[in-house]
Amino acid sequence: MILSKLPILSIAIWCPVIFGLIVFLFGRDDKPRRVRAMSLIGAVISFLVTLPLIRGFDNAAHGMQFVEKFAWIERFNIYYHFGIDGISLWFVVLTAFITVIVVIAGWRVIEQRFAQYMGAFLILSGMMIGTFCALDGLLFYVFFESTLIPMFIIIGVWGGENRVYAAFKFFLYTFLGSLLMLVAVLYLYLESGGSFDIQTWHALPLPMDAQLLIFLAFLAAFAVKVPMWPVHTWLPDAHVEAPTGGSVVLAAIMLKLGAYGFLRFSLPITPDASHYMAGFMITLSMIAVIYIGLVALVQRDMKKLIAYSSIAHMGFVTLGFFLLNPIGLQGGIMQMISHGFVAAAMFLCIGVLYDRMHTRLIAEYGGVMSTMPKFSAFFVLFSMANCGLPGTSGFVGESMVIWGGVKINFWVGMLAGLALVLGAAYSLWLVKRVIFGAPGNERIKALQDINLREFLMLSLLLVAVIALGVYPAPVADSMQTSVADLLRHVAISKTY
Amino acid sequence: MNFTNLITVLPETILLVAASVILLIDMFLPDGKRSVTFVLSLLALAACAAATYVLSDSSGKSVYAFNGMFVSDPMSALLKLFSYLTVGCSLVYSRRYIVSRGMASGGSLGGEFYVLALFALLGQMVMISGQNFLVIYLGIELMSLALYALVALRRDHAPATEAAMKYFILGALASGFLLYGMSMLYGATGSLDLAEVAKAASSADANRMVLVFGIVFLVSGLAFKLGGVPFHMWVPDVYHGAPTPVALLVGSAPKLAAFAVFIRLLVEGLSPLAMDWQQMLAVLAVLSMALGNITALTQTNIKRMIAYSTIAQMGFMLLGLMSGVANGDISLAADAYGSAMFYAITYVLTVMGAFGVILLLARNGFEAENLDDFKGLNQRNPWAAFVMMLLMLSLAGIPPLVGFYAKLSVLQAVLAVRHIWLAIAAVLFSLVGAFFYLRIIKLMYFDPPPEQSAAIEAPPDLRFALGINGLAVLVLGFVPGPLMSACAKAIALTLAS
Repeated sequence: MILSKLPILSIAIWCPVIFGLIVFLFGRDDKPRRVRAMSLIGAVISFLVTLPLIRGFDNAAHGMQFVEKFAWIERFNIYYHFGIDGISLWFVVLTAFITVIVVIAGWRVIEQRFAQYMGAFLILSGMMIGTFCALDGLLFYVFFESTLIPMFIIIGVWGGENRVYAAFKFFLYTFLGSLLMLVAVLYLYLESGGSFDIQTWHALPLPMDAQLLIFLAFLAAFAVKVPMWPVHTWLPDAHVEAPTGGSVVLAAIMLKLGAYGFLRFSLPITPDASHYMAGFMITLSMIAVIYIGLVALVQRDMKKLIAYSSIAHMGFVTLGFFLLNPIGLQGGIMQMISHGFVAAAMFLCIGVLYDRMHTRLIAEYGGVMSTMPKFSAFFVLFSMANCGLPGTSGFVGESMVIWGGVKINFWVGMLAGLALVLGAAYSLWLVKRVIFGAPGNERIKALQDINLREFLMLSLLLVAVIALGVYPAPVADSMQTSVADLLRHVAISKTY
Repeated sequence: MNFTNLITVLPETILLVAASVILLIDMFLPDGKRSVTFVLSLLALAACAAATYVLSDSSGKSVYAFNGMFVSDPMSALLKLFSYLTVGCSLVYSRRYIVSRGMASGGSLGGEFYVLALFALLGQMVMISGQNFLVIYLGIELMSLALYALVALRRDHAPATEAAMKYFILGALASGFLLYGMSMLYGATGSLDLAEVAKAASSADANRMVLVFGIVFLVSGLAFKLGGVPFHMWVPDVYHGAPTPVALLVGSAPKLAAFAVFIRLLVEGLSPLAMDWQQMLAVLAVLSMALGNITALTQTNIKRMIAYSTIAQMGFMLLGLMSGVANGDISLAADAYGSAMFYAITYVLTVMGAFGVILLLARNGFEAENLDDFKGLNQRNPWAAFVMMLLMLSLAGIPPLVGFYAKLSVLQAVLAVRHIWLAIAAVLFSLVGAFFYLRIIKLMYFDPPPEQSAAIEAPPDLRFALGINGLAVLVLGFVPGPLMSACAKAIALTLAS
């Protein structure tokens, strides 16, 4: 087949980057129609080129698929080495999909420097896909770090009032973690006798103390990115100040880069340290789930509420990973994918309201249903998904993680289950205060319901949320082999 | 004297003759025809580049001339080529500034600028190729005297005069240090020739005490020329006080020459004592990174900020120089020095562009020296803002820009000799550094432009060169391999000979 000969991953990575550069450099703000068309075409093509990955993916095969490998920097043995397994496959598709949504979401909302806005998102999309596909440690680092640049610009240029503070906090926080990871990456390079290949590192025996230090260095990078309690404080700031599109990408994909890092680096490279630290990681995750859930409950700003709810949901993800059993790990990954859709949808909904009312304070709303019935239906459905209602994608991951938790220890499962109640509490209370009741003020009465563009982007996400909730089998099946392989690998000690 | 001697110094000869001829021609040029001097200077640089390239084309062997006093080897060829490039770009970036300022103040920045720049370059070439204490010293003095004069070129400008005074006095002191150290080493080894010194230093009956004593002075003098803490006092004042084109000349190509002198004196001449001078360099490196990065945070003048950032960056480069030898094992030396060389070259390319942007923003009677002058640059001139953003991100060491690979290769060298804590200190200071580089981006992109901001116009050659410079930082970030390998290979061949 011709399809199998094409370097699909390279195309998936560079297609959005090239379109982004064209839009960034040649797009002119006085011709917004052309920029819009160009960006949408770029995003849609970038999404379409990822679809052959799903079709061509072999669920039963072990190891990496669609591998591309060329020497890149010979002096350091660095390879241009890409490939995906069942774990990374869906994030490539998710990233490209969310980029389409973001382009649609920014259609008319962004007025200043529109071309740069679209260009930044398309370039960011390519870099994130690169991070998910990289099989060379340094290549991963390059993509992982370079995503900071467009996001820094997006928050800082198109953000809210306090955007400069939020952009710097975002950048410096994540940069600190990544720098420690860089030292660990270089250490692994030297220990493995001069190789940046991640799969070589997986097989590399390491003494326990080295494993612990490497684990902590990776933890510094990934915990900040996920973010885990107590290094989560940059996220609410970044979310509140970022433009809607920025929040969507941040929540839907960028946080996943950190969680993905645990699966690709921490667990397989330092399995003994992972076992040793599992209790600690589970504790941090539980704190995130419960404490941050409580924090979300008392928020007055809708965006902040969803930001905290994101942290709590990502707590479920890391909880699932460090249970170190198949059902928990798979649940964690399902939760990542589901959260990608649901968080994106929630931030878009808030964006829809903000565009009309120019406030995010919950107290300013109330009775939106009376004037925006279509929007309210979407909002209620996504909120249900956010608290994990069966039939929506949110249920699948969370229930698997709880199930995995019960297998390890009844109380872990119990506490995680309890956290679901918290999720329901803050989601439903938000719905009650914003959507239901009598219209709170005159401006609510004058609201316009969503237009076709907004309807389109929300229904695309709704289809994904319901489909994943009702029939998760295709996604779950494709990751089964990879998850089983990963856990088999983690179970074997690497110390000497 | 035979014919080979003259062939080996062909680039230097060309430059000397060209600089003298240009000086003569310039005397007879009316003020409006200064562009002739400019074009002739660029032609001279091109001729030098051609000569160096042709001479280096052979098998990469070192060619010695004048009884081993002067050498032409792969390292010298590579460094010289980048020096020509840097000086050439500097002249292009500076031309408009010189024309407008020279006319405003009665021709005080006329043709002398070009000729002095060429003489400074000649000094750097002698430094790069010197193989003898005295030759290296002569190169340093030739470069320094030309630079002193350049800093003082605006004689009606008080800060410039003050800067020149400071530079001259401290520079003379450093030269004294250097000479004193050299005389110690001469006393201990009985030779001024680096190969002889190396031989004598490694023999058992060398007087170690005197050698180490001499090295202390030598390293102090060199650290002054490079601007390492605690010998950095002149750097901020000179960058700040000197006219921007001169700051560009002081801050770019001389770093390459200083790197070469480190290699010549310490590595080629005194490698048996590596364990001693490596410790000195480690102290210099950590102090430079700490003071440079932290002090840069509080600067409001961009030239001062770049000065402190230079101090920090040179500290990072010294880390590469100090990781060559561990426990007497020299197998990693070529890698470590190669990474330091890559660092120096990419740093010079990047900082050159940053000065280029400052020169682009400067207009008649207005210096874009304060950080606030960069406010809203993205709205006034997106292309310049984009180039400056790339340069700043590269200096901060963020991938996919070339500065990242420079930091990466130096860190790799540091970790290879298991200085893990030095590596962690280096990355933490880079984090501090990232803040002030990001602040420039913040000013350009996040802040609105000032109310009465004029449009920014620039001559096409400046815009073109600057664009190439910015793209080079990006493209080298995607394909850093060839330059990295070239540096490592040049150092390996140079050390092997």
